[in-house]
Amino acid sequence: MAEVLDIAVRLVVVVAAFLLLPLIVGQMEHKAMAHMQARLGPMYAGGFHGWAQLLADGVKFVQKEDVIPAAADRWIFAIAPAVALVPYLVVMVVIPVGPGLAAVDLDAGLFFVLAVMGVGVLGAIMAGWASANKYSVLGGIRAAAQLMSYELPLVLAAASVAMAAGTLSLQGIAEQWRWWWLPWQAIGAFVFFVAGLAELRRPPFDMPIAESEIIMGPMTEYAGFRFALFMLAEYAGIVVLSALTTVLFLGGWQGPLLPGPVWTLLKVFALAFVVIWVRVSYPRMREDQLQKFAWTVLVPLALLQLALTGVVRVLTA
Amino acid sequence: MSGYFGSYAVVVVLFLVGVAIFAGGLFVNRMLRPSRPTPEKLTTYECGVDPVGEGWAQSQIRYYVFTYLYVVFAVDAVFLFPWATVFAAPGYGMTTLVEMFVFLAFIALGILYAWRKRVLGWT
Repeated sequence: MAEVLDIAVRLVVVVAAFLLLPLIVGQMEHKAMAHMQARLGPMYAGGFHGWAQLLADGVKFVQKEDVIPAAADRWIFAIAPAVALVPYLVVMVVIPVGPGLAAVDLDAGLFFVLAVMGVGVLGAIMAGWASANKYSVLGGIRAAAQLMSYELPLVLAAASVAMAAGTLSLQGIAEQWRWWWLPWQAIGAFVFFVAGLAELRRPPFDMPIAESEIIMGPMTEYAGFRFALFMLAEYAGIVVLSALTTVLFLGGWQGPLLPGPVWTLLKVFALAFVVIWVRVSYPRMREDQLQKFAWTVLVPLALLQLALTGVVRVLTA
Repeated sequence: MSGYFGSYAVVVVLFLVGVAIFAGGLFVNRMLRPSRPTPEKLTTYECGVDPVGEGWAQSQIRYYVFTYLYVVFAVDAVFLFPWATVFAAPGYGMTTLVEMFVFLAFIALGILYAWRKRVLGWT
């Protein structure tokens, strides 16, 4: 009984984090982006610096009409937001925030995370195809092409960490981490983070949703609550990517003075800030630049990191 | 809740919670929203004019070769993971390191070949 209760508490924490952290990151994006562009961002909702803006958005979205175009493939169109969103919740089950503090510690945690994160992209492809809209189909195909190209560097960079730690468990990897992994795994961290950004279709890799040319791509036909779910999936994706980069490359909960979970959250929000910063700083990459970048820059870099990891590990063993 | 499959049971429970969040949200949405569909409202969006032809339009798919490349390399990469956990274990050392370079050479050669065949550019 105590064991079941223990797991139930952990799951409640995971679900609470899943519903809360994306909103905080979203609000952070509103405010950070506004100040980088010399404006104020939301100031009215909730009184203090517009803190309740996203809650107000949520209340608005939930009351809006659910429009499904007559030409669309109804069922696929209806469930696509869930396919985009739920994988990020499932991934959070294995992310540790402190020694022993994860909902569950899977032996093949890293492998599980990569497999489930890939499913999230399918939501965008399904939405794009089911909308029966020319912009959406283009966006869906672009999303598919992006998944194909960036999954490989992502997997190779993650494999480098698995080699360094000698385990696939995320708990184990964060425990093995030492400060000198920072320079040792720097290339891998860069490749992982950038490829992760591309999988999330965040700027500058937002060619699939390019709102100024193909009008949000896969999400053109979405409105109201289902659109809100896609937005939530995007921010949940940022949280998951930042958390994974933290656990794999930045030592997770390790740090002086403060307790483990605080360190994890600090690192996650620092990385989420970088995600926002990159969005404000870089223009969108063209489709051919984007593909070329993956195959001629990221994949060779990831292979280099694998070689480096292997040599250092065997020579120091 | 113990053993190998026990830990995956937790994952399944969380998945069901996720589905429940989605279904619950849609249910609340259904209770609160208006529903007044008109033929115009249900038309496919195409910059405000009537759509031309159907949405599943024929178009040239570029970069389709990438799909093959991806399948080949991803299958390779999957084999990295079990190997990664044991390659530095006592008794392996140099042998597995040499094997790793053989493996990396295969992938690098494949990418070089694709590059030379000019499939990495705009086709």
